[in-house]
Amino acid sequence: MSVVYIMIPVALLLAALGVAAFIIAAKKGQFDDLDTPALRAVFDDDETPPESIKEKSVTNDDDAAV
Amino acid sequence: MTVPKSSTESICDHCGLPVPDGLYEPDAEHQFCCNGCKTVYNILHGSGLESYYKIKSAVDSNAQPAATTGSNYEELDDPAFQSTWVTESDEGTAEVELLLEGMHCAACVWLIERLPRVADGVIDARANIRRRTVCVRYNPNDIKLSSVAQSLDKLGYASHPARGKEAREIRLKEDRRFLIRVAVAGALAGNIMLLSIALYGGEFDGISEAWRTTFRWYSTALGLAVLIWPGRIFFTGALAALRTRTAHLDIPIALALLSAGIWGTLNTFRGIGEIYFDSVGVLVFLLLVGRWIQHRQQRAASDSVELMLTLTPSSATLIDDDGNTKRVPIETIEAGMSVQVAAGESFPADGTITAGTTTIDNSLLTGESVPITSGNGDPALAGATNLSSPVTVRVQAVGEHSRIGKLMDLVAQASEHKTPIVRMADRIAGYFVIVVIILAIATFIAWAMIEGITIGIEHATALLIVTCPCALGLATPTAMSVALGRSARAGMLIKSATVLEQMAKPGTMLLDKTGTLTAGQTTVVDSYGNQNLLTAAAAIEQSSNHPIARAIATAFDTDLAATDITQTTGQGITGTVNNQHILVGSVDFVLRSTNSEIPPELQPKLVRLLDRALTPILVHNAETNTFALIGVGDQLRTDAATSTQSLQRRGWNLEICSGDHPRIVESIAHQLNIKTHNGGVTPEAKANRIAALKESNTGSSPIVMVGDGVNDAAALASADVGIAVHGGAEASLEAADVYLIEPGVAPIVKLTDLSRSTMSTIRVCLIFSLTYNTIAASLAMAGLISALIAAIIMPISSLTVVAICTRAGKNVAPTKSSTHSLESV
Repeated sequence: MSVVYIMIPVALLLAALGVAAFIIAAKKGQFDDLDTPALRAVFDDDETPPESIKEKSVTNDDDAAV
Repeated sequence: MTVPKSSTESICDHCGLPVPDGLYEPDAEHQFCCNGCKTVYNILHGSGLESYYKIKSAVDSNAQPAATTGSNYEELDDPAFQSTWVTESDEGTAEVELLLEGMHCAACVWLIERLPRVADGVIDARANIRRRTVCVRYNPNDIKLSSVAQSLDKLGYASHPARGKEAREIRLKEDRRFLIRVAVAGALAGNIMLLSIALYGGEFDGISEAWRTTFRWYSTALGLAVLIWPGRIFFTGALAALRTRTAHLDIPIALALLSAGIWGTLNTFRGIGEIYFDSVGVLVFLLLVGRWIQHRQQRAASDSVELMLTLTPSSATLIDDDGNTKRVPIETIEAGMSVQVAAGESFPADGTITAGTTTIDNSLLTGESVPITSGNGDPALAGATNLSSPVTVRVQAVGEHSRIGKLMDLVAQASEHKTPIVRMADRIAGYFVIVVIILAIATFIAWAMIEGITIGIEHATALLIVTCPCALGLATPTAMSVALGRSARAGMLIKSATVLEQMAKPGTMLLDKTGTLTAGQTTVVDSYGNQNLLTAAAAIEQSSNHPIARAIATAFDTDLAATDITQTTGQGITGTVNNQHILVGSVDFVLRSTNSEIPPELQPKLVRLLDRALTPILVHNAETNTFALIGVGDQLRTDAATSTQSLQRRGWNLEICSGDHPRIVESIAHQLNIKTHNGGVTPEAKANRIAALKESNTGSSPIVMVGDGVNDAAALASADVGIAVHGGAEASLEAADVYLIEPGVAPIVKLTDLSRSTMSTIRVCLIFSLTYNTIAASLAMAGLISALIAAIIMPISSLTVVAICTRAGKNVAPTKSSTHSLESV
């Protein structure tokens, strides 16, 4: 049973890691907007831009928009 | 796509609304209801963004035409603007936040975030549907900010720079800190609970002393962490309340937490006695969750108000020395400059008109419902609306020196002197603390005499801990946030939850007239005479921009064309319709020009129009020598009579307080059956009237101000509750506690109902939580309470209260239009 002496601190450490991850996420603003990301999930990624736009966007980071 | 055979079958290919007959093109492949839709449709198809329609049909059933404005947004490129609104990063990219009109569904988000496809140089665009904003990152070397805004406009979203960036960032940080506190409290409470279950098990089945001590030490460490980190806000809140000698719910909460913390820690050291850290953890967590929910709900309301503030124009057209015009941000305007103000725009500063003649609508500034004709040398005030034709204004005073700036000073003063309201929960908390402390002392003395001082302290602290008003602390924020959410759906934005407490009891309500009880627009109310003559008058008035002319032109729709039009400013207008010479104008002017008397059959009608405080307009046909009479004025809103009646039935004292002419005010008051009314009231006098009412107010009945204009702003700020109606001035929006997001005063009736039902829900919760506290207190006084019993009763009572609270304001029906009405502002 003395394993509990190790397991309690380990469990608390895991909980602390979870809390730390949450704090980092919150500080980065991941919970600022709780509505829009839910809508983004319904969009398909299958759209293909027409040729004219494609050529121009070679230098652009096109993925940034999606 | 099949082409419909007639326009009646045709719907717009962009928004799905019917295509008007005039715009139906039989040969075209696609049909559009307006130019805006056509523009957007072509852009979407040209950029490979057709998926928009797929998404839109899946997520949104609300048809809305695209609202492109065609504005060129050149004021956004002004360096003065750029330095305040645009943030530049080290990599040479720039970022700006824009508020968008018309964004309302997932398809909008999709489309807006595809902005880089349409505008080269835009790196990315992130939309936020709740705040209706988009954060655009772009390369300033490749694209100008005005082009970014133009691209958004072409997609159908008119954009406005978001104001108050610093303030918003501070609030955002505050929100994040709040959320982190909730999360930390939750994690700690959960872990303490796990340890406590082992301890409870030990109570029943026995536990080795070594285990017990270990678990107790861990619980204590985590419990103290809860108190020091997330629980700290209760202590700071209590201290602040004590310092200002006001009652606050934080005081009994802090008292309970403090006794639990100290006594629990002592007991851990002693190795005997109860520790209450499991209850402490859950309590702090639940209370924080309740407050966070209310905080979010209130933030949503203030964000919506902020959006509407930004919709007011923030740029002006400057005329430089060479006579060239340029759009500049309003902040750069200084005294001595000349600005051009187009018809429909509002004046950016106080000044004198140097060129042009127009009619000016001062209703938001003074409450006068009749527009004034102004020309060269006449004054124009900032915030007034230029109605009919473009004028040049030499600026004399800007910002705080202008009339509107001075009125805003008054608002600031009124807000400063507003005494804070002691909320019901806080008021109860005041008595609560005293009772609990007396009971604790009594318990201590009784037990100390029977069993010794240590037992006395133990039972007294147990009492302090279990009587923590947790349910009470949860009841108010939960009921309030539920009610705030319901009120938003019913068409009103409430900035402060105390409004609901205040409006629950009937009191005195001061109503502004122009724009509040009336529509604030000149319309034809009545007409007498030959219909042909009236339509002929309308045909002539079509060519004029005067508000009365426009009212007549809209009232009698006509296809007739008028020729030979001559206007006499402020008097009347003549023209030829169907070869007949028609004269329209003020009664004096028409009678003088035609050299005749008013026909006897129209004489009583004229008297009636004057009695009703309407402006009479006479029409004369020279060929037939016949007359017609039109009465124009600012008409009562359709819901005004029923709403004021409902309010009076609910026990409210109504009073009209208007800056308009006393005669007009009297007529409106008479129509609404309101006994007390004052006309010609200055903004200062309105605020003074509120102050006098508050002074003579002995009971707790609220003094409420309802208004729309800048002239109401000071009164709105100093009243117990200020309600700004739809379409009101920016200043009134800022000063008021409640903003109605749909036209009319009907939501006020809903607000009183909602407040009443919310307060009765809260009262039920209070009775429930006080009953629980009485039971817990009796158990503690009898020395029968244990940590386990406390841990069971506390969350159960809190959850019951939350369940009751979700019913707050349930009987108030949501308004269908309210979810989309923000866009129509």
